[in-house]
Parts: sequence; C-alpha cells; structure tokens
Amino acid sequence: MSTINVVRAYGDTTGDGMVQISFTLPMPAGPKAEAAAAAFAAKMGLDPALVVHAKGIGPDFTFFVVYGRSSVVVDLDEIVVAEREYPLLTTKEINLEVKSRLKRRLVVVGGTVGTDAHTVGLDAILNVKGFAGEKGLEHYRELRVVNLGAQLDAVELVDRALRERADAILVSQVVTQRDAHVQHVQEVVTALRDRWPSDSGRHPMRPLLVVGGPRFDPGAAADLGVDRVFTRGTTPREVASYLVHALSRRRAA
Amino acid sequence: MSPPTRRLELDPRTVARARRLAARAAAPVIALARTSTTTSVERAVLRLAGLAGADAEGIPWVNRLVDAVRADVGLEHGVALPVWHALAVSEHDDLSTLAQKAAAGGVRFTLPSGTYERSAKTAARRDVARGIATIDRNRRSRQRLLARLGDPPKPWIYLIVATGDIYEDIPQAQAAARGGADIIAVIRSTGQSLLDYVPEGATRDGFAGTYATQENFRLMRTALDEVSREVGRYVRLTNYASGLCMPEIATLAGLERLDMMLNDCMYGIIFRDINPQRTFIDQRFSRQIHSRAGIIINTGEDNYLTTADAVDAAHTVIVSQLLNERFGLEAGLEDWQLGLGHAFEINPEVPEQFRLELAHAQLVRELFPNAPLKYMPPTKHMTGDVFFGYLLDAFFNLAGVMTEQSILLVGMMTEGIVTPFLSDRDLALENVRYVRSACAGLAEDFRPAPDGFIARRAEQVLAEAVDLLERICDESLFAAIAKGTFGVTKRPPDTGKGLDGVVTQAPGYYNPASVLLEGRDA
Repeated sequence: MSTINVVRAYGDTTGDGMVQISFTLPMPAGPKAEAAAAAFAAKMGLDPALVVHAKGIGPDFTFFVVYGRSSVVVDLDEIVVAEREYPLLTTKEINLEVKSRLKRRLVVVGGTVGTDAHTVGLDAILNVKGFAGEKGLEHYRELRVVNLGAQLDAVELVDRALRERADAILVSQVVTQRDAHVQHVQEVVTALRDRWPSDSGRHPMRPLLVVGGPRFDPGAAADLGVDRVFTRGTTPREVASYLVHALSRRRAA
Repeated sequence: MSPPTRRLELDPRTVARARRLAARAAAPVIALARTSTTTSVERAVLRLAGLAGADAEGIPWVNRLVDAVRADVGLEHGVALPVWHALAVSEHDDLSTLAQKAAAGGVRFTLPSGTYERSAKTAARRDVARGIATIDRNRRSRQRLLARLGDPPKPWIYLIVATGDIYEDIPQAQAAARGGADIIAVIRSTGQSLLDYVPEGATRDGFAGTYATQENFRLMRTALDEVSREVGRYVRLTNYASGLCMPEIATLAGLERLDMMLNDCMYGIIFRDINPQRTFIDQRFSRQIHSRAGIIINTGEDNYLTTADAVDAAHTVIVSQLLNERFGLEAGLEDWQLGLGHAFEINPEVPEQFRLELAHAQLVRELFPNAPLKYMPPTKHMTGDVFFGYLLDAFFNLAGVMTEQSILLVGMMTEGIVTPFLSDRDLALENVRYVRSACAGLAEDFRPAPDGFIARRAEQVLAEAVDLLERICDESLFAAIAKGTFGVTKRPPDTGKGLDGVVTQAPGYYNPASVLLEGRDA
C-alpha cells in the first residue's frame, strides 16, 4: 500500500507548477532575443513561458525575467539526502558546544608537511580572513589555533601538538607530485603512533588527525589512517563543526 | 568640490583630543618604522632602480639580489651601498647581470667606506631617481588625462573584477566602465598577500582573483585608458598594496600609473597574521611612494565589522581611521589621498538599523571632511535571499548619498554566494543609478535633529573612540593589537609571518629612495 508523495512548484494555487527564472543570453536586445528567451525557457520545460522583462546589457547581452509553468513532478520517496555525519553548526553554536562540553578552549595545531610550501588551503581554514565568506578557525572565540605554517617535519608537528595539548592536528597538502601528499600524511600517522601507541591510557588523548587538500579521496580516511579527509571547497565552519562533533563523541565513548 | 555639509554638532575639543591621542599612540610605531627596514623595502629600492624579471623558477631577481647581499653583509646598512659598490667594482655590470651572478654565488658583497661609499651613494641615488622620475611622469599624465577626459563626480562608483585571468578581466573591466563604473578594482589571487615575492608577467592562473604583477598592472591601465577615452571620463584603477610585498607593490603601482591602492595600517596583521612590526615598517615606505605618486589609498576598517559586531565595535573603526590618518599624514599623504574605509554592516534585524548606519556614516564624514571616504556595502548579513540583498544594497546606497560618501563600492546581491553574474553587476549598477538620481539633492534636506537619535549616537561612538585611544596610549598600540582590540583577533608583536624580514638599521644605513622621497636630498 503506497500513498502518492509528490510535489510540484507552487505559485499561488496548489499544483499550478509556476516558477520564476532569470538569465542572460549573449545577444543584443530586440524581438529576436525575446523570442530566443521564450524558446530557451520552453526547452527548460516551461509551458507556457512568459517573458515579462528583457533588458539589454551593453551591446552584446540581454537579461530576461521569465515566468512559466513547469510540469515537473518530484517523487519525495525517491529523494535521498546525502547526510554528513555531523551537523553543520553556526559560529555561535560551535563556541557554545566547545564551552559546555570541553569546558576549555579547543586547541587546533595546523601546518603543511614535508616539501609542501603551499599554505593557501591551510590559511583559508585557519586565518581570520577565512574562505567563501566564512571566517577562519582563528575567529572562533573558543578555539585556540596554532598555525605552524609550511614545510614542517612530521615528528616536529606531532611533538608540538603534544606540547600544546592539541585536540586536533590539521594537515594541509596541496602538492601531489608522485603522491607526495599521501607520503607526508603517512609520516604524520607514524609519528602519531609513536607518541600514542594505543588510544587508551595516555593523557592527553591522541589528537584527531584531519587532512585536507584538493587531491585527497574523501572516502579514504581509514586507508590513510586519519580521522577525516576534507577536499576542495571545504569551509572553516565545516571543519569546526566536524571537530566539535568528533570530539564530543569521543568523550562520550 | 565643496566640503560636505556639517550636520552634527561635534565638540571640536573632543575631535582635537581624539587626533592628539592618535598621534601619541602612533608615535612609537613611527619611530620604529623610521629606524628599521625590511627585505621588501630593500627590494622596492632595487625595483625603483629598474631591476625587473625573474629566474627560471619564477623568483624575481630583486629577491635573489637582496638575499645574496643579506647573506654576505646583512641588511642593516641597506641594500644600496653593497650593491652599487659591487657595480662600481665590476664596472661593466648592470643590476640585472649582477643579480644573476650573485644568485649563482659569483659575487662577494662588501660595505664600502670613504670615497667608495660616497660614489656608491651617488650612483644608487642617480639610478633610483630614474624610477621616481617615472612615478612623477605618471602623476602628471594622470593630471593631464583627468583634465582632458574629465573627473567623474562623487560618489565614485567602485566595481570589482576578479576572474583570475588578466585577459578575461580586461573585457569585464571595460564593460563595467561602460556600465557606469568610475573605479575598477582587480582583486588579487587568494593567498598572494602571503607570498614573499611579486610574481612576474601576465598571468591567467589566479584563484578567486588575479595576481598583482607589473605586467598585469600595465595591461589593465592601458585597457582602461582606452575605455576612458570612449566613455569620456577617466576611469581609475585600484589594486592591493598589502601583505608581505606591500612596498614593492606600491612601487609597481607608481611605475604603472595605478590610481588607488588598498593600504591599511593593520589589515595584514589582523586578518593575515603578518607580523605587526613588518607591517608598520612596510606600510610607511609604501605610503611614501603613494604620496609621491598621487595615489589615493583605501583603508580597510570595513573588515573589522565583518568579525566584530558593527554596533559594539563602531568606535574601533573610528580609532583605526584616526590611526590610519596619522600614519598616512606622517608618511606624506595629503587629506585628499586618505580614502578611509567604513561599512554598512549592522544586522538588519537590529531595530533602527538604518538610523544607526546614518549616524556612523555621518560621524565619519564629519571627522574627515576632506578625505575621499570609501563606503562599503553589506556583506556579513547577505544571505542566499538575493531579493532581500538587493533591498539592503539600496538602503546602503541611500545612506551613502545622504551622508555624502565619496566612493561607493557597488554592493552585489550575490555577495558571498556566487561569483557575480554579468546581470548581477548590471542590476547592482542600476540600483546605484536609481538612488543617485532619485535622491540627487536629498543630502541638502538631511538635517538630523540636534540631540536626536543620530546626533546622540554619533557623539557616543566618538566618546567611546576617545576612551579606547586613551587606553591604547596607556599600554601602547602593539599591546592593544596583542590584546585583540581590533577585529577581535590577538596579534603579539613578535609573532606572525615576515618577522624574519625585519632588520634594525645600523648607523650609516642608506636608502636612496627614502632620501629622495623624504626630500633629504640636499
């Protein structure tokens, strides 16, 4: 027994399928451009397509606003939401979580390891300046960031993390020639194992190892021996949300 | 241009006191900058003397030469004496071949004395004077073009292009100028501020922005000269003299006739973790160049409001502006060159948000009546709701017109969401055009009630600024920065990037560029 669970766009009447779109075509304004816009919208599935606004932008472009009816129907039973294993929190929530759960500031130590001199990714996540309109981890009141910069020795990085009583180590690797990024991460994993032979007993606890870079396989965390992999386009808030989530789970365990 | 209307009855004694305190807070920093140098300042000297180009790895010859000199004799005496002495001793060498030989380890630098020292100074000054003559010539060309083509009326409309590819930037910039932009800013590639060298040549591979290089500067200025003639007004070009190569980028801007440069006294410290000492030393030299080149600087106070609350931190903007003004004037800039920044960043959900914005904008306008203030649109409270964003941008434009701001950065409804579409830019310009035309004379009618909400709020912010300046004077500006006074970020004076490039001058330090720029060339 199945109930029909579908939706269509809603203008002002159930089932009317009405949508509004705007776009630019690379052609001079005029009757031909308007006809082209109507045809374009029709091919997108709008029927009827009503070109309500057309305006030339310079000699070579025209901007349109189009209203139309879309016959598209979405079956909600087929919708699968790809869920990240952690909820994306706001800056405020992240600070609050750290404060209430850790009862101290969360310490993050970051750097690029080995030959890699590229700090673009590292700074995008750590610097206040941030990335994609989000401030970096330094901006979070309840996070203490130790940005060690480029070309660190893996053992040095891990020792520093130990001294800082770090909750997490962030390793950014951009250079990927001859799989350098993977090798460098292995060095950190080995250094971490040397300092924390097993997860039990030793205090402070082993810091989380988080790696990031454009060429890492996001599903390869286990193979790499790290806790989490972040790839291109990751924002500071995603990293911070993950850290809060992973650390509070560990404490609960 | 007539000075802006006075609408607030600010107590002139409080204003004078604020300026005195800013001067006092800045004094120790200026003293440090006068007695120190940096690797980038020394590289700028070589650039003025005409050394350009890079080796096969893309590392500029100025870097190679400064590193070689530093390894042999240090930079305490400046790069000029050992370099021009080496040139004299090897006789036929020019700077470029000397740099190549030095990079290969084939030159041993020494500090000259006596007659050798005197002739090295004379030769260095002669070569550096050529670069400064180019900067002077460019300034005169700008004056000529402004007279011939016309200087657009204020507020100037400021638009950003940033494709990463200079050859894509050019047609976009020209289209923006045709659409009404008076100023084109080319945003730099992500992370360039942290490179300790200036890349070379025309570049097409920037990320979220285009590299600042001498050749990119030249290409864009040429393209804007072309479109300036077409639209019948001089279109200004802006770039960023910030980060680890601030003095060199300022120099290249002067050499290629850029018109405005982002150049803040604390931005790199707060947002990029660049060492505070390095920043202040580099900044002073870069401002001396800007002063000479007739370049308008833009300061970055708007950024504080993206990290701190725009109401609570309003006074930190005023304090930073007063400091930027003080540092700028000391370096030789004039009031018309001080494009002090501020922004429309109060949360739109705060009751009376617009009145608060008017109070802040009017306060800045009256504190700096002769400065070409740069007013920045909302960014922090722009969401994916582009329709609401468009409304908020209109209110920003309205505040800008009512309070007679000089430079309006055009707000994009897609701010922080996607790279603006061509149509987003066009809609944004239409927003400005509408407000400018519909409210053309509105500033005349804008008379906040004496003792009203706006007047009282302005007074309160100014009082808070004076309090903060007093505290900064008590503990020193470096300590205040270390404590997180600006942008809520703590930056101690002995940490951060670029500290290893800071050098204390020894007695006998010689910098031909500083001598010429400070008019000590008797």
